[in-house]
Amino acid sequence: MEYIIIVISAIFINNILLAQFLGVCPFLGVSNRLSTSFGMSGAVIFVMTLATIVTYLINYFILQPFDIAYLQTISYILVIAALVQMVEIILKKVSPALFQALGVYLPLITTNCAILGVAILVIQKEYNLMESVVFAVANAIGFGLALILFAGIREHMDLADVPPGIRGVPAALIVAGLLSLAFMGFAGIV
Amino acid sequence: MSQWKNLSRGLIRENPVFVLLLGMCPTLGVTSTAINGMGMGLATLFVLLMSNIVVSLVKNVIPDKVRIPAFIVIIATFVTVVDLFMAGYLPGLHEQLGLFIPLIVVNCIVLGRAEAFASKNTFTSSLMDGLGMGLGFTLALTLLGSVREIFGSLSIFGYKFLEGDGVLVFILPPGAFLALGYLIAIMNRLKKA
Repeated sequence: MEYIIIVISAIFINNILLAQFLGVCPFLGVSNRLSTSFGMSGAVIFVMTLATIVTYLINYFILQPFDIAYLQTISYILVIAALVQMVEIILKKVSPALFQALGVYLPLITTNCAILGVAILVIQKEYNLMESVVFAVANAIGFGLALILFAGIREHMDLADVPPGIRGVPAALIVAGLLSLAFMGFAGIV
Repeated sequence: MSQWKNLSRGLIRENPVFVLLLGMCPTLGVTSTAINGMGMGLATLFVLLMSNIVVSLVKNVIPDKVRIPAFIVIIATFVTVVDLFMAGYLPGLHEQLGLFIPLIVVNCIVLGRAEAFASKNTFTSSLMDGLGMGLGFTLALTLLGSVREIFGSLSIFGYKFLEGDGVLVFILPPGAFLALGYLIAIMNRLKKA
């Protein structure tokens, strides 16, 4: 039951993109086409889960025993950067098909604040390892859901007659605002 | 005169938020009041300035292949400094900004300026560039925070100028997207005129 609450609140109520504003750069950057947003979502689910597990272990087995929690930011970002590189190299060797699908998005992920944000959030919320994994997967799915919905709307907007003043970025932001407003309807479910 | 150009570039012509669209997460996440926006802007200003200075000083020592990880370590160091400083001296603001302070490290604008400007330019130019970009970022966040606070809670910098409730949606997450969208639209219009 506890896991269900974590999943629902992460995907719908506290959606990482639309309510917590983590990972907005790739959200605005790669959401022009539906296909690229599927690729980006896949890469985020993969990396976010791995990164959360690794940083969780680092926190409880290295940072806390040695009393160096102030190194959290530095160590996490380095681990995430190294992890992304490693995933890229391993995928290239093991599964070229998957690398073809996700490859371009992997380098972008290092600067995706959603990854670092979730890694820090699970420590702040004092989740155990299993809860952290569930939280990471749910947040990644929430990210993917918002990204894909947004990309679908933007593809249709290309055909619409948008007033010249707000064409482009302003229109995208206003659409994101409306989407965020829609997601607020989920508040109070849990 | 050329230094003035480095400083002014970040303020308007290449404003990180309104023109380059970098660093969107803190821009949208913490600007529910003008004070929060300004605090976040100043914290980023410090990190941007210091990382630009250090990167421009050590650029010749760092091998080209490992420059990005090296830059990230430099940035993360100053982020930790800001984080601990704010936790110690400004605990209220630190709590409000919360997660977004450690996240300055992944703010694209900081790494972007280190890579695109400071790693290729002299100490003075990088200092001016960091200062300009940081001020531009602070300005943008304060402006967005003010707009949201004025409409959302009928106050500015915590000073309430009208009785009653504002338009709640401006304080809530959707208001961030909407307010920024319209602000950018207005900026585009002004630039054309």
